[in-house]
Amino acid sequence: MKQVIYRNLTSKIFSVGFILLLTFSTSLTAQEGDPANGKSLFNTNCAACHKLDKPMTGPALRNVEARLADEQGLDREWLNKWIRNSSSLIKAGDAYAVKIFNEYNQTAMTAFPQLSDQDITDILAYTAQPKEEKPVPTTGEVKGTGSGGGVSNDLILGALVVLFGLLAMALVLVKRTLNRFAEAKGIEIPVDEQRKPIWKAFIENQFLVLVTAILFLLASGYFVYGYFMQVGVDQGYEPVQPIHYSHRIHAGDNGIDCKYCHSSARVSKTSGIPSLNVCMNCHKSISEVAPETLAEGKEYGVDYNAEIQKLYAAVGWDGTGYTGDSKPVKWIRIHNLPDFAYFNHSQHVSVAGVECQTCHGPVEEMEVMYQHAPLTMGWCINCHRETNVKVKDNGYYTKIHEELSKKYGVEQLTAAQMGGLECGKCHY
Amino acid sequence: MSSNKKYWKSVEELNDNSSIVETLRQNEFVEEIPTDEFLGDKETLESSSTSRRDFLKYIGFSTAAASLAACEGPVIKSIPYINQPKEIVPGVANFYATTIADGYDFASVLVKTREGRPIKIENNTDAKTNCSANARVHASILGLYDSLRVKSPMKGNDTISWDTFVSETTSKLNSLSDDKQIVFLTATTPSPSTNKLVSEFAEKYGNVKHVTYDAISESATLDAYQAKYGKRGMANYDFSKATTIVSVGADFLGDWQGGGFDSDYAKKRIPENGKMSRHIQFESNMTLSGANADKRVPLTPNQQKLALAKLHSLVVGGAVSVDLPENIAKAVQSAANEISKAGSNAVVVAGIQDVNAQTVVLEINEYLNSKAFDPKTTINTRQGSDKGVMQLVADMKAGKVGALIMNGVNPMYTLPNSTDFAEGLKKTELSVSFSMKQDETSVLSQYIAAAPHSLESWGDFELKAGHYSLMQPTIRPLFDTKQFQEVLLAWNGNSTSYRDYLKSVWTADVLNGASFNKAVQDGVFVSTSTSSVENTEAVEDSSSDDNVETPSGNAARQLAASAKAGKMQLVLYPKTGMGDGQQANNPWLQEFPDPITRTTWDNYVTVSRADAEALGLENWNVANGGLNGSRVNITVNGTTLENVPVIIQPGQAKGSVGLSFGYGRTAEGMKAEMKTGVNAYPLYHNFNSVQDVTLSKASGEHEFACVQLHNTLMGRGDIIKETSLEVFNTKDRDVWNAVPLVSLDHNPVKVTDSKVDLWDEFDRTVGHHFNLSIDLNACTGCGACVIACHAENNVPVVGKSEMRRSRDMHWLRIDRYYSSQDTFEGDNEKKENISGLGSSLSEFGEMENPADNPQVAFQPVMCQHCNHAPCETVCPVAATSHGRQGQNHMAYNRCVGTRYCANNCPYKVRRFNWFLYNQNDEFDYYMNDDLGRMVLNPDVTVRSRGVMEKCSFCIQSTQAVILKAKREGRPVAKGEFNDACACSAACGSGAMRFGDVNEEGSPISELVKDDRAYHLLEHVGVKPNVVYQTKVRNTSQA
Repeated sequence: MKQVIYRNLTSKIFSVGFILLLTFSTSLTAQEGDPANGKSLFNTNCAACHKLDKPMTGPALRNVEARLADEQGLDREWLNKWIRNSSSLIKAGDAYAVKIFNEYNQTAMTAFPQLSDQDITDILAYTAQPKEEKPVPTTGEVKGTGSGGGVSNDLILGALVVLFGLLAMALVLVKRTLNRFAEAKGIEIPVDEQRKPIWKAFIENQFLVLVTAILFLLASGYFVYGYFMQVGVDQGYEPVQPIHYSHRIHAGDNGIDCKYCHSSARVSKTSGIPSLNVCMNCHKSISEVAPETLAEGKEYGVDYNAEIQKLYAAVGWDGTGYTGDSKPVKWIRIHNLPDFAYFNHSQHVSVAGVECQTCHGPVEEMEVMYQHAPLTMGWCINCHRETNVKVKDNGYYTKIHEELSKKYGVEQLTAAQMGGLECGKCHY
Repeated sequence: MSSNKKYWKSVEELNDNSSIVETLRQNEFVEEIPTDEFLGDKETLESSSTSRRDFLKYIGFSTAAASLAACEGPVIKSIPYINQPKEIVPGVANFYATTIADGYDFASVLVKTREGRPIKIENNTDAKTNCSANARVHASILGLYDSLRVKSPMKGNDTISWDTFVSETTSKLNSLSDDKQIVFLTATTPSPSTNKLVSEFAEKYGNVKHVTYDAISESATLDAYQAKYGKRGMANYDFSKATTIVSVGADFLGDWQGGGFDSDYAKKRIPENGKMSRHIQFESNMTLSGANADKRVPLTPNQQKLALAKLHSLVVGGAVSVDLPENIAKAVQSAANEISKAGSNAVVVAGIQDVNAQTVVLEINEYLNSKAFDPKTTINTRQGSDKGVMQLVADMKAGKVGALIMNGVNPMYTLPNSTDFAEGLKKTELSVSFSMKQDETSVLSQYIAAAPHSLESWGDFELKAGHYSLMQPTIRPLFDTKQFQEVLLAWNGNSTSYRDYLKSVWTADVLNGASFNKAVQDGVFVSTSTSSVENTEAVEDSSSDDNVETPSGNAARQLAASAKAGKMQLVLYPKTGMGDGQQANNPWLQEFPDPITRTTWDNYVTVSRADAEALGLENWNVANGGLNGSRVNITVNGTTLENVPVIIQPGQAKGSVGLSFGYGRTAEGMKAEMKTGVNAYPLYHNFNSVQDVTLSKASGEHEFACVQLHNTLMGRGDIIKETSLEVFNTKDRDVWNAVPLVSLDHNPVKVTDSKVDLWDEFDRTVGHHFNLSIDLNACTGCGACVIACHAENNVPVVGKSEMRRSRDMHWLRIDRYYSSQDTFEGDNEKKENISGLGSSLSEFGEMENPADNPQVAFQPVMCQHCNHAPCETVCPVAATSHGRQGQNHMAYNRCVGTRYCANNCPYKVRRFNWFLYNQNDEFDYYMNDDLGRMVLNPDVTVRSRGVMEKCSFCIQSTQAVILKAKREGRPVAKGEFNDACACSAACGSGAMRFGDVNEEGSPISELVKDDRAYHLLEHVGVKPNVVYQTKVRNTSQA
């Protein structure tokens, strides 16, 4: 842990130093910018299309002001115009503006008339920050200490084993020596009477044999039954998917609603595996994860950035546009109901308002998706017996619920009382 | 009186000593369980080295191995869209309004798609014309997923690309010399945009002819109409406006003049305020129309001509002397009287393919000023010209045709002179066939242009003058196909897509300012301005040479003169299931039992009993319930069809025989099992459906797959209740629809009384309670419901040999009952009314044999969802149980296949899966290939071997309706349940109505209380949830 603190310290000193350096250097020529504020402004306004070091929908922006000044001789005034309304610049026939416009598929940049001069200054200050060095060597050191700890543990264990071995040997030796003393002194050691071995006694007692046999049969019957009952039950099924998709990050850390991606769960019998265009709604602008997330991925042995690249390869995205060269992703289906069972997601999600987690478990904590519930008929039926029908604000239920609840003499009807146990409701 | 008649399903039942009928009454499953097939017979068992012990060892080992293998579940992949179209939500169906048009059937429909694949066709209730799809239209969806479709354009046997195809054909078209014709031979295409494209093509290439060809011609009708009104078309009829309908040989409930008249007809057949229409039918074959008629007079085609001529003279005036037997003359006279009395409320239609006959009909209707007769709104769904086709074949043989481009036609199969056509085809420099199949014609053409299915195409149709219907694709083309119009655009050098072209034509000519998108959404558009379709076909020669412009009476006289008495006459007809035969590779249609003969997988000669006896022809049932029949050779004008099976058809006019089109296909693009029956087209000389014929008995016997004796109701009465309109109007309900009485302490008590019930009544007033009402008056027996049920419920196809063994899987069958009006009281009445020797001879003769002219009743039977269901109490594993909503549930995964339930079912509606019908090479139908399985409904389990199945009242749909209401937080809307059942949704005639009886004011809650309502086998006391409405016949003479 020391190293980590040290690393943070160095990088902080490093960056503060740079900021100081930059503030001094830039303040000579322009207004002062606040890179911290610039960073937040950049993330809200610009990050959808721009990155600092890589071209995306728009060009990379590291040191953009300096580069423009050096290469094109364009000043802050031009930049302000471009940012606030690029299309007017293009229309006016500004040469460089037109060039950039054509270079990036003739997609006009969104106009930001709301950005003040100070805002733009802050953003530019942020873009002018030098690239952070990756702290490569530190990781090696961490590894070194880790392996050292392992060796010492083994040593202690080995020493203990040797110690106990010696103790045991000593005891045996002591006993032998004592016996020898006794022999020498003529003391007779009383010999135990020959007793019937317990197994023989057991075998001769027919009652016990019978009881044991019955118990044994019952026990094995129990296990055989248990074994056969779990045939075809894939609870805990956790296949390796073609793209490592982490529900933990998406549904958990980022709090994306399940039905944002699985939208057909609201209206259809299937929840639907999201089509890749749904992924690209966000991943057009998220081509890399944050360094902290990347580090988390190491714990699972996953390089999240590489997984995002797999998505891009499947959907045919080259960082700026679609190439049209796509290949479908063959996900492995986890929740499989047999063909003769009909299940409708919309009935449960939209009508009954059941939380996805009720059946699918803590998906927001799952790094790798697995089957939480057994999905057996007993499991379905049990829930139908226990769950009340959600009748509030649903005009369909008004009449039938009133009549049925009167008939059964209950306040709240369960799904079973509503007919949710009838064979034909799920098997047709 | 309802209960005094004797009903029978098969002639066999009239035979008192029939052992087979007795067997069928005793046994639910006619055949023994096929243990021999499974284990082998005794000999092989004895010679086998495997002892019983060994056998058990193997069984034990394989069971253990199988259960161990089952422990490891399969890995199931799930592949989402990359970019999900916003209108598609997996698991939610989308509906698109479109049109099914194959040149024979035209219907405005809704197509149900799931995840982008069409799975079912439903009626487009917004449409006013051709809105109720028939069985073939419902089944056509299977054609989309036919694994034998042509998958890309072909040149000979090689597949080529479309670019090659277009460039090669264009250069050939351009290099044709000027004296050579370019001919389009198409099926009827009443499409404004296509016709425009063809005329643009004609402008570019010159010397272009467009010949329209209907496999089954209505040319005489078109000619007669053209002679009278100056343009080509067919007069429209609205049978809901007629109180008296007289049909002479017109099966207007079938495919007569394009079909689609049944829903209007049925409206007037339900007695309302004591009134219903009266329908008199003169015909040779027993047709659907004849089966529904109040009075049916069997006549040979010649007699029909005479009768029609006579009718004309009696109604319109003018003297025609005809020589008809006395009883027929009497019938014609009384029909004429009824027509005259009804005046403008009467309508006369004829199906005789004769210009004079059709002219006579037009004259009569015009004279009557019939309200049902509408000569202005012409029907455009048949436009073929016999003369044009004949001329074309002659031109081809003479080498005048340079290029022949065919779309939607199969002349090598459907032309009577197909050898001439083949010869001519060789002389063309370019022959292109737009086809979905390697059919008889396309394999002989130089190029097969792989055509898309209706469900993959754009199109527009003016079905009736001013009534348009749009076709839009409901799925991306499955294969590398291009529709005719796309290629026409390419030939015309037009680079727009056909959709854009269509839109521009519509905006300019049709829509009159209305929105195109709205029209596409609705699928239909009714124009207030008049028709824009002008057939581009060359009509110059069709009216000139045959002078049909005759003063009144001439046509009738000519008609009467053209009837030459004498020989046996053959009447060719399209069968309800197969139509013109282009869907012969459709297993649903092959297995669809013909409404009249109840025979599947075959066509046959229908012969009257008297003729059969004269020729020594027989039908008999063998021990397993299968029907066998003699075979005949039939010769027409030098063409002989050999070994055609014979069915003795009650009601067939003596001196006539019938044979249906549509069978006997030989094309490459068909599965071997579908190449069944005989091809009747070679007998279709001069496109005349009536031919003089000689029959001679051939050796051998034919095995039919006829379901008419299957699943009989075990001789129990009270199945069909019927009465006459007179009794219905004047007598109390108890007289004609009495509730059966049972004995309680030696006192008669109504069976509906709770005191005689074995079970305690369950409170059924809470929540939904589903009932289905079937009106026997409105049911025409068309069978659309059977196919709709097939499609909705993944009902398997079992094949001919299994059908023969009574193992059909139809959840819904339409029982057809014959009855004689002359039994019991009718007999006595008739005896007393006999006057004169001639009459007494014929009528006594008639009475001797009730099967000669039976009355027919259709009764759709599916699971009756008994409230006190006998099947539920005998199931040892509780696989079938009752729901509170009235449905009898069937849990397939729970069923162990004891078949007790089927044995205990009084209605014989349970079906047992004797085999695994999906993914099984033994049953190589649509469920055996990946493409065919795309039609399966994902909401319904595909059943496995060894389980029972039956009608579920489409519980998947009723549940879906309920869920929709729940999600929207509202009660279920009125009538929302009616379309939940596939059968009631498909029923265009309104005979089937489904709904919640606890819903106040719903049609079904009224219907179950109706005076006509009764339950099937009510005396059994099982309290079914299907209610039938007593059939009322309008026997009173007006």
